[in-house]
Amino acid sequence: LAAYRTDEGQPWVLPVVKKVEQVIANDHSLNHEYLPILGLPEFRANASRIALGDDSPAIKENRIGSVQSLGGTGALRIGAEFLRRWYNGNNNTATPIYISAPSWENHNSVFVDAGFKDIRTYHYWDAAKRGLDLQGLLDDMEKAPEFSIFILHACAHNPTGTDPTPDQWKQIAAVMKRRFLFPFFDSAYQGFASGSLDKDAWAVRYFVSEGFELFCAQSFSKNFGLYNERVGNLTVVGKDADNVQRVLSQMEKIVRTTWSNPPSQGARIVATTLSSPQLFAEWKDNVKTMADRVLLMRSELRSRLESLGTPGTWNHITEQIGMFSFTGLNPKQVEYMIKEKHIYLMASGRINMCGLTTKNLDYVAKSIHEAVTK
Amino acid sequence: QAEAMIASKKMDKEYLPIAGLADFTRASAELALGENNEAFKSGRYVTVQGISGTGSLRIGANFLQRFFKSSCNVYLPKPSWGNHTPIFRDAGLQLQAYRYYDPKTCSLDFSGAMDDISKIPEKSIILLHACAHNPTGVDPRQEQWKELAAMVKKRNLLVYFDMAYQGFASGDINRDAWAVRYFIEQGINVILSQSYAKNMGLYGERAGAFTVVCSDAEEAKRVESQLKILIRPMYSNPPLNGARIASIILNTPDLRKEWLVEVKGMADRIISMRTQLVSNLKKEGSSHNWQHITDQIGMFCFTGLKPEQVERLIKEFSIYMTKDGRISVAGVTSGNVGYLAHAIHQVTK
Repeated sequence: LAAYRTDEGQPWVLPVVKKVEQVIANDHSLNHEYLPILGLPEFRANASRIALGDDSPAIKENRIGSVQSLGGTGALRIGAEFLRRWYNGNNNTATPIYISAPSWENHNSVFVDAGFKDIRTYHYWDAAKRGLDLQGLLDDMEKAPEFSIFILHACAHNPTGTDPTPDQWKQIAAVMKRRFLFPFFDSAYQGFASGSLDKDAWAVRYFVSEGFELFCAQSFSKNFGLYNERVGNLTVVGKDADNVQRVLSQMEKIVRTTWSNPPSQGARIVATTLSSPQLFAEWKDNVKTMADRVLLMRSELRSRLESLGTPGTWNHITEQIGMFSFTGLNPKQVEYMIKEKHIYLMASGRINMCGLTTKNLDYVAKSIHEAVTK
Repeated sequence: QAEAMIASKKMDKEYLPIAGLADFTRASAELALGENNEAFKSGRYVTVQGISGTGSLRIGANFLQRFFKSSCNVYLPKPSWGNHTPIFRDAGLQLQAYRYYDPKTCSLDFSGAMDDISKIPEKSIILLHACAHNPTGVDPRQEQWKELAAMVKKRNLLVYFDMAYQGFASGDINRDAWAVRYFIEQGINVILSQSYAKNMGLYGERAGAFTVVCSDAEEAKRVESQLKILIRPMYSNPPLNGARIASIILNTPDLRKEWLVEVKGMADRIISMRTQLVSNLKKEGSSHNWQHITDQIGMFCFTGLKPEQVERLIKEFSIYMTKDGRISVAGVTSGNVGYLAHAIHQVTK
């Protein structure tokens, strides 16, 4: 599974999380009572603020809503259930859902199980040039039926690690606006990708500033390291406050029959951290630590491959971002890596950069070199 | 105490498996089925962690919708927990009902239930509250459970037990699980949803479990695989905190003993409030028969009060209950039971 590892190859509980858990444990005014259906209010407001930015016009105009969810998956599912019931008509299961080729494999199942019947892919990864197939993507959007829903990765695209540049996002937004396409962002790596919360939220915020209504499924699994606490948030940006209230009222009905109300522990940790200036600063620091380590592993791996003279170009390793990298290794080379070198990649050539450490960099680089040259 | 143990161990926050914490699910199955239950011992069951009772019910509902091709009808008792209907409906099933509560006696309409159940089409799904029926507090007696089991067996119905109050109802976890275990002993492969919200006070931690009793361990493995396929696109994997607390309690002998005492304490307090309410009503001079208050069990009580009487209680006495006359006995204390009895007497005399 996708989880961060330290340079010792160990899981990492963020220092700020440990600190906050102590605070919570010592707060005897807290109990285990039910949270409201939509979740802990302080969590919801802060989580959406993190995604949209303190100065978001949507927040100022009071036209945002939040649904605390069971991880990013839960946020995607609640959003999908809502869209199937209320978007583009009533219970319109025929609205096309567009998912990038490739994408996180669970995206497909989420929308199928939410009842959608027409799931399509949009061009994304260009294997030949090992980068974004922007033209293919834009063409798919031009041809998509109006009101189609597009699942967009806010940053650190999973599994390719390849994100559109700001300029490319602008082109994407322009087509989507013209074609009335609905943006459903999946934001699982905010802060974790570049080390900067604002930079990693640029695309979502740009779409908001362009006047889109949108959903953003947020996960705090990676950037808070709270994987098993299932902390997520579905941010809703609507046309106006009234609209958003009606949306939230329907969201409550969906949540009520799925999990009734969300788990409190993880949300409390995040809310406490985000609402204290000092803890917030500490958290950003912890996040940057994780992001920087991954960035370092990328640059170290690339420089070793280039020093070894491994055939091919390796700049994609540092141009890609986030937890994963599409190495460009073919299935046979991947098999070699797994069987002969005991280095685990997906058949797609996807590697988890978090698995790299200063101790195994040389071994991994040499193994890739062998796989490519033999 | 379990929380302190967890804090001291400084564990990591890695994802749980899709089916949840194994120590928790195994302990949940044992708690419900009993350690000597043949189905438990032989491993011919699968238990997955669910998001408290609601989440566990929903997993089961989705599972039935996808795999139980014999019927899409779920029969609920009249009345049932308000959320049962939307849960099953959202899962894509249809709702039917069987008679259950008799408002004339404020107790079980047993002949009505048996009559309706005898007419349920074969292989339909029937939902039963294992104990502390919500919202009425009316449970079948053991002899009645035996007849119900024989009837559902005769009609070849799929039995879905909702057990949200094990231990919290009578104070005795074995007694509260008696119906579930009896049905299994009669050869009925039940499916079951459990919640730890009330009996461990873990409300906001969302600890629950969904169990399917199968014909053998092989089938159980296949069922587990399908349950995981349902869970992953819902929320990927469940939250750890509540399940870990519950697991430590159930699996640590000293803590388990303490818990049994504590849950009995909660149940005893509820039972004592029922007794005090009735004795206070008598003291007020009420001539009505209030026996149903002590016959009923669990968190809720169907008082038998009519809507007009309920409205007076709300307006004149600031006592809040639902229009159907249901009170939450958990809200009754030795400090307010006298006032409550007084008010009820005023509106019913």
